[in-house]
Amino acid sequence: MSQSCDISLRVNGETVRERVPVRLNLVDFLRNSLGLTGSHVGCEHGVCGACTMEVDGTMVRGCLMLAVQADGSDITTIEGFGEHQRAVDLQAAFKRNNALQCGFCTPGMMASALEYIEAGGVADRSAIREHLSGNYCRCTGYQSIVDAVVEVIGERAAK
Amino acid sequence: MKAADFAYEKPDNLNAALELLAREDCDMQVLAGGQSLMPMMNFRLAQPELLVDLNGVSELSFIEEQPETITIGAMTRYANLAASDVIKEHVPLFQMALPHIAHSAVRNRGTIGGSTALADPAAEMPALLLALEATITVVSVGGAREIPANDFFLGLYETALQDGEIIKSIAIKKAKPQNRFGFYELARRHGDYAMAGVAIASTSIDPVCDLRIALFSVSDKAHRLPHAELAFEGENLDDTEARDAAFQELDDFDFRGDLNADGDTKRHLARVVLTRALETMMP
Repeated sequence: MSQSCDISLRVNGETVRERVPVRLNLVDFLRNSLGLTGSHVGCEHGVCGACTMEVDGTMVRGCLMLAVQADGSDITTIEGFGEHQRAVDLQAAFKRNNALQCGFCTPGMMASALEYIEAGGVADRSAIREHLSGNYCRCTGYQSIVDAVVEVIGERAAK
Repeated sequence: MKAADFAYEKPDNLNAALELLAREDCDMQVLAGGQSLMPMMNFRLAQPELLVDLNGVSELSFIEEQPETITIGAMTRYANLAASDVIKEHVPLFQMALPHIAHSAVRNRGTIGGSTALADPAAEMPALLLALEATITVVSVGGAREIPANDFFLGLYETALQDGEIIKSIAIKKAKPQNRFGFYELARRHGDYAMAGVAIASTSIDPVCDLRIALFSVSDKAHRLPHAELAFEGENLDDTEARDAAFQELDDFDFRGDLNADGDTKRHLARVVLTRALETMMP
């Protein structure tokens, strides 16, 4: 008999209460129980970065945390980044620069890029590449993604 | 894949955790940052009956400065280490190595104690602790004991930890002005596991005194190079005889291949990382 636990957390600003099996990981909980399919499931061992999301102010792999561990946490996914104006300029820059093709990596890529930008990261291409090295993109060759991040850093600095 | 079923406990203090770990009626695993254990569980390489989650034990997360040493709680995350002024000032070898330890999102969760207890042969932390001659304090319901890093890492994913024991903290001597450190690793992608790497610490280098060289990701565990260390004693870091003695030790070393590279390639890469790390330490 599987063990389940009641959890209560905030997801993109809304309070959620659910009963979850303890073996359920966080990204599957968000996708399958809450219908937030923006965070993607790629490798399920922390290598590809497609499930990167924000938990209590830090970016983490959603596949390497259990849903039960998120009890009491405040979570923001790509759906929340878009709605709450935190990434509107980044989304526009991705679109403008063709920084996505299939879009599979994009939610995780944006989470990692936001972490870099919001931490005051500078528009240094190699530093940006290093920070994004934990997110695989198989379409763009990364060039256009770095372009988008550089643009947003410049735009935000000019404000 | 998804993890097999397990029971889950999240104690909120160390004593409660140790009580759980003293149970002998089930196969259990301790969950620290989960950045290695969760993948292993997802692949079903690990299928514990009981998972004891230490993320609620806040007393295991600290960085403490004493007169001679820095003591780091086992649940301190890599991101906490990277952000710490105390670590920046007193443990420069960590400062050199941290950017190479996995990717940002993994460093936000991964812990020093978790990596040490797992003893992955490709991980940086065991080699760093060997080079720094750190002391690892482990606890169980029976009490605490201190284990020098040199006696802690026994083999492939094998440590001196006994059933019911967890790492409580890791103590590292503060760096002194004349101490020198070196770190170099080669990885296919920045932040991935190294194909070969080395961590070096030295009490001084002019001339060399008490050099400690620890290779990682080349064999069953992180290894010191005692002959090379001795050969450099009293010499300069660019001494060719000492370097030849170090290369001789690498020639005789039991390199083991992995998915990235076979043993011969590892031998070559070990020479490369050792040479480059020593170069970074030269005045």
